[in-house]
Amino acid sequence: MSEFLPPSSESEFENNFKQIKPLMNETEAYYESSRCLFCYDAPCINACPSSIDIPLFIRQINSKNPLSSAKTIYDSNYFGYACGKVCPTEVLCEGACVYNHQDVKPIEIGRLQSFATDKAIRSNKQLYRLPPSNGKKVAIIGAGPAGISCACELKMLGFDVDIYESKEKSSGLTVYGVAPYKITNKEALDEMDYLENQFKYKVHYNKAISTKAQIEELEKKYDAILIGFGLGKTSMISISGEEKENCFGAVEFVEKLRMTHHKTNVPKNVIVLGGGNTAMDAASESARMGAEKVILAYRRGKEEMGAYDFEYDLAKGVGVKGIFNVSPLEILGNGKVTGVKFIRTQIVNGKLENIAGSEFTESCDWVIKATGQSKQVELLKMMSGISIDAKGRIEVDQETFQTKNPKYFAAGDAVSGGQEVVNAAAEGRKAARGISKSLSK
Amino acid sequence: MADLRSNLAGIKSPNPFWLASAPPTNSGYQIMKAFDAGWGGAVWKTLGVPVVNVSSRYGALNYRDNRMVGFNNIELITDRPLADNLREIEEVKKRFPDHAIIASLMVETREQWHQIVKDAENAGADGLELNFGCPHGMCERGMGSAVGQEPKVLKMIVEWVKEVAKVPVIVKLTPNISDITRPAMAAREGGGDAISLINTIQSIVGVDIDNFVPYPVVDGKSTNGGYCGPAVKPIAMNMLKNCAQHPNINLPISGIGGIENWRDAVEFILLGATNVQVCTAVMHFGFGIIREMKAGLENYMDEKGFKTLDDFRGKALPNIMHWEDLNLKYKVVANINEEKCIGCQLCYTACEDGAHQAIGLSSDPLNRIPHIIEENCVGCNLCSLVCPVEDCIEMERRDDGKQEITWKDRTLAGNIPTTFDDELAGGRHHWVPEPEAALVTPKPVHYRG
Repeated sequence: MSEFLPPSSESEFENNFKQIKPLMNETEAYYESSRCLFCYDAPCINACPSSIDIPLFIRQINSKNPLSSAKTIYDSNYFGYACGKVCPTEVLCEGACVYNHQDVKPIEIGRLQSFATDKAIRSNKQLYRLPPSNGKKVAIIGAGPAGISCACELKMLGFDVDIYESKEKSSGLTVYGVAPYKITNKEALDEMDYLENQFKYKVHYNKAISTKAQIEELEKKYDAILIGFGLGKTSMISISGEEKENCFGAVEFVEKLRMTHHKTNVPKNVIVLGGGNTAMDAASESARMGAEKVILAYRRGKEEMGAYDFEYDLAKGVGVKGIFNVSPLEILGNGKVTGVKFIRTQIVNGKLENIAGSEFTESCDWVIKATGQSKQVELLKMMSGISIDAKGRIEVDQETFQTKNPKYFAAGDAVSGGQEVVNAAAEGRKAARGISKSLSK
Repeated sequence: MADLRSNLAGIKSPNPFWLASAPPTNSGYQIMKAFDAGWGGAVWKTLGVPVVNVSSRYGALNYRDNRMVGFNNIELITDRPLADNLREIEEVKKRFPDHAIIASLMVETREQWHQIVKDAENAGADGLELNFGCPHGMCERGMGSAVGQEPKVLKMIVEWVKEVAKVPVIVKLTPNISDITRPAMAAREGGGDAISLINTIQSIVGVDIDNFVPYPVVDGKSTNGGYCGPAVKPIAMNMLKNCAQHPNINLPISGIGGIENWRDAVEFILLGATNVQVCTAVMHFGFGIIREMKAGLENYMDEKGFKTLDDFRGKALPNIMHWEDLNLKYKVVANINEEKCIGCQLCYTACEDGAHQAIGLSSDPLNRIPHIIEENCVGCNLCSLVCPVEDCIEMERRDDGKQEITWKDRTLAGNIPTTFDDELAGGRHHWVPEPEAALVTPKPVHYRG
């Protein structure tokens, strides 16, 4: 028997996916905020990709001024609530807290951040006043952290903004891709509603931009275009049997799970391929959905995994078994997946090599590939003059996020190749300033 | 949007947050940095004949994990030459013409006062603050609090200053006196334009119990210092109230004493302060705290619909009466929210040992939630104050709100206790346990023996 029973209702699902950073109550927030030292040139700010003035917002919580605290947060990061919950704070702000040097528990910055922004979201108070329109129009492709952040900032700078989103909800991976124990759908979408009410940009949902004709229309209609559509589907790993039923990508699995919750049927035996954070999420989630045996298979050693230690610990904590130095050779099964044939690997002269004769088979009902997402190269080719690097990432100016085609700007995963929500949010905001600078020349 | 601009007796500043005359205002460098960070004004570290200071000058009162809830210093006025300070005043004023620079002054003779007033004005000071407050070192030389404690001398020196001063004169008062309104009145009679309070309180902040010497230690010895920081705020606010309510003082007041965040500032303004001065919090956390203070004050004013500081200045004063004017019919009792209670029983022991034995425990040892014995509860608040859970113990009103009788009313009606065993004694019909009951009241295991 697994630790988790397959959830059969929304409340059982919530129970299996209990929030790892639950909201603080007033008392906890008061005590925790009292501990902040208000460091000068605070290392937490420097560790935050969006440079939130953390000591200030904590001090504002402590002086019982949560709305000003929320404003301090949103002044630097429009995904303030979401980032408080989903950021890997252990390696960012909280990892930099000076208390760590004293072997004292660092300030729970992420949870304090969500505490303050939750107050603002619930109050639905207008924290910002928009300037009158400057008459210039910007199209944004993709309503994820980069796109939405860019939209908010552009509205603050007087631009008219239309966002084109292929899916039916905004916030991008925050609602479609993050593990459900980090943030609930409602939490993510409540913040989106709050931002939309506040900044009054227009989102066109279920409106994928995919044809040359659509792109030409955008180019005609708008003064600038932001590419914020992130990455594409999970890439093929080119092994035999990959096309079999029940072999699919991790991002596709997480998206389905986020949208259908307890109605997602996860079988008893699952193998997850990969060693990044998405692999950890997919493995953890399978276990929490009631899978009895979840194997995480990574072709290199444990230390070389891209995932954060605490993410692997989370997976291990729910019974996921890691096997290392194994490479998949073939997905087995007759139409449907029945197992994976692996071969053991070793590093020889710095190169990963298979060990001849070490093949073995692990049976399973599902194979989840967390082996990286493809870049949206086809789409990018339709936009003339945009250059991409060898890894398919869009090349931009590091300050303005302008692409080689001056009309286009880009931010988020399409540029970075895949980072945290906070990185995309910070870049989207910078891109807005780049757009403004470029259009006011 | 709230307008934070402030005007104290004609001294204008973009906001009511000034740095108090103290180490943070020792130099033009510090003050420029503060103005750049957002402070509205600064009272320069007291000018006079430069002093010589000792080494090790500060001591602190820590409370549990909170450092510097009280702060004590034995530093004297400026130890820098007057010419240097004046030149820097001029420089800062040139760079920040809309910010307020006030020269704090402390000298001895009439001639020195005349000279230094003119010097400070020539350097561009927007106002003068006469330091009659310093309770350590300078007072031994007949200055500082030695002046503030003698209303006649204080008045005379204010008159000397007013003989030549062209800019507004603020008189800074010492709290080391039994009735703050007496020096405040003297300041008014001498022609002062405003008062500021409080300066520091004479203190011994702590004693090194291994070496038998108080802090701060100067070569094995110590002396009393001046006490400030969050711990002195209640004393400062009471003195502020006394001056603000006084019918004849009628001077604008710059409030000082333990101000650290926007809430403190609002409290001072509600008690009649025109602006506030801050020192200890800056010495602890730096000029950056102004961000929290300004945003908080602005947000408060917007929420309350106050457009200017005048809209709420002194708004709490009409609600501060004499004890004899309070309504004796008003009755509150404590109520414990069982859902929120975490079972620490601090309220029980506080009431049982420290108040009126109005809280009981369950006879079931597994039920840790105390209950209020309402007929014993006098509504003192103690349990709600010690309770560690927000809004768990709340005081609920029990009178119908229709009756009002004050001590004054009862005195006039001859309805007050006058003899030692009077029938009218307030506690006469209130239950008090028999002394012997103390020994049979159940106690926790670890209390015995």
